[in-house]
Amino acid sequence: MNLTLHVWRQSGPKAPGKLEQYEAKNVSPDQSFLEMLDEVNEHLIKEGKDPIAFDHDCREGICGMCSQVINGVPHGGQERTTVCQLHMRRFNDGDTIYIEPWRALAFPIQKDLIVDRNALEKIMQAGGYTSCHTGGVADGNAILVPKQDADYAMDAAECIGCGACVAACPNGSAMLYTSAKVAQLAALPQGQAEAAERVCAMTEAMQEAGFGNCSNHYECMAACPKGINVKFIAKLNREYQKALFK
Amino acid sequence: MRILSSSVGRKILMSITGQLLIIFILIHLIGNSTIFFGPNGINAYAEHLHSLPPLVWAFRLFMLAAIAVHICYGVTLTLENKAANPGAYAVKRNLKASFASENMIWTGLLVAGFIIYHLIQFTIHGTPDVVVGLDSANRPDVFRMVVTSFGNGLIALAYMFAMLMLFLHLSHGIPSFLQTMGWNNEKTIPAFGTGGKVISAILMLAYISIPAVILAGLLKL
Repeated sequence: MNLTLHVWRQSGPKAPGKLEQYEAKNVSPDQSFLEMLDEVNEHLIKEGKDPIAFDHDCREGICGMCSQVINGVPHGGQERTTVCQLHMRRFNDGDTIYIEPWRALAFPIQKDLIVDRNALEKIMQAGGYTSCHTGGVADGNAILVPKQDADYAMDAAECIGCGACVAACPNGSAMLYTSAKVAQLAALPQGQAEAAERVCAMTEAMQEAGFGNCSNHYECMAACPKGINVKFIAKLNREYQKALFK
Repeated sequence: MRILSSSVGRKILMSITGQLLIIFILIHLIGNSTIFFGPNGINAYAEHLHSLPPLVWAFRLFMLAAIAVHICYGVTLTLENKAANPGAYAVKRNLKASFASENMIWTGLLVAGFIIYHLIQFTIHGTPDVVVGLDSANRPDVFRMVVTSFGNGLIALAYMFAMLMLFLHLSHGIPSFLQTMGWNNEKTIPAFGTGGKVISAILMLAYISIPAVILAGLLKL
């Protein structure tokens, strides 16, 4: 099939950007979205033009590197799917596709579709850990975790940190990301000791990094390729209230 | 005071003041509904209320403080949110956000504007349509005042429009305050979403019923 692409091109962080039109010809429906872009890039290189820069790594939907807003939805709008796992069979011959980078104050554009997501790391560094003496290798199951708690923590830990929640949020807020990390550790015995400091430090780091405030649009949950539920934001809010009295 | 400056803390204050305002909306509706009992209903209610000035003033100041906090944080959080999202998508398709959730600041400010007008009209009696007087039992004739003013189609329509704004504000506000307080989980999220819309619609229709009944001529002097 043949497609018309409108791709955001920006040569550097400070450079002005604009949408440029490309034709993707003879695209196979079995190709992934990134493979389609790879082919477009091969043609651009052959023509002596600068290829479209985009982030990618595992191409298996687990690393959280790919980050493109496709036709107005981060990762393209297929439920629980990252861009790398989005296939061209989802599109029709003759379609026009708009491809843009994540857009948020906290995610400055580096080049074309690549944004700097270090702001998420700053939130993580503020409290996304537990402090303990590791010593030798601990026995498995030395600390017993009830199955429900382990499942809950694992659901939160599904977050791959891609930042689609921020890209989708009308407020450019990272509450879903932050809440997934807070809820994951708050559900486990190892996370209890630092729970109060963690929720305060991580939400403050979120604010400092330039992310907005959550106003419960739930746009994040709809765009999340891992289906992280906004129940974790409610959990963060509860954890924050507990921390106020500590 | 971390709660006054942090992102989540200020939202909790928005939520608590929002809940106080919803309680006020309920009390005010119950009070207003005495108009359906005729002049004896609402005039007696008004007289009873004004026989307790310290309590009335304490309540008024408390509500004023709640509104001030709600508006102040509402505006600052919205400005921060606008700044955090440059909003430069050439194409943006929302999957979940609604007209109500995206326009909280505007529906909120319109409701605030209406409250000011409403106070000037029925509390200070500062608009030309207001008829002030006493009834046969020497009580303030609130019934005559309300029925006369709402007999004017434009005034009644403005009131109904304000109630529509209130509906939009609460249809997102009710589920939102439950989420911000953390009283939410996977099962209650969709239930609160629907429940918020239903409760807001009931409140809107109940408030609108007063000017509607007066305009229809079912409640007259």
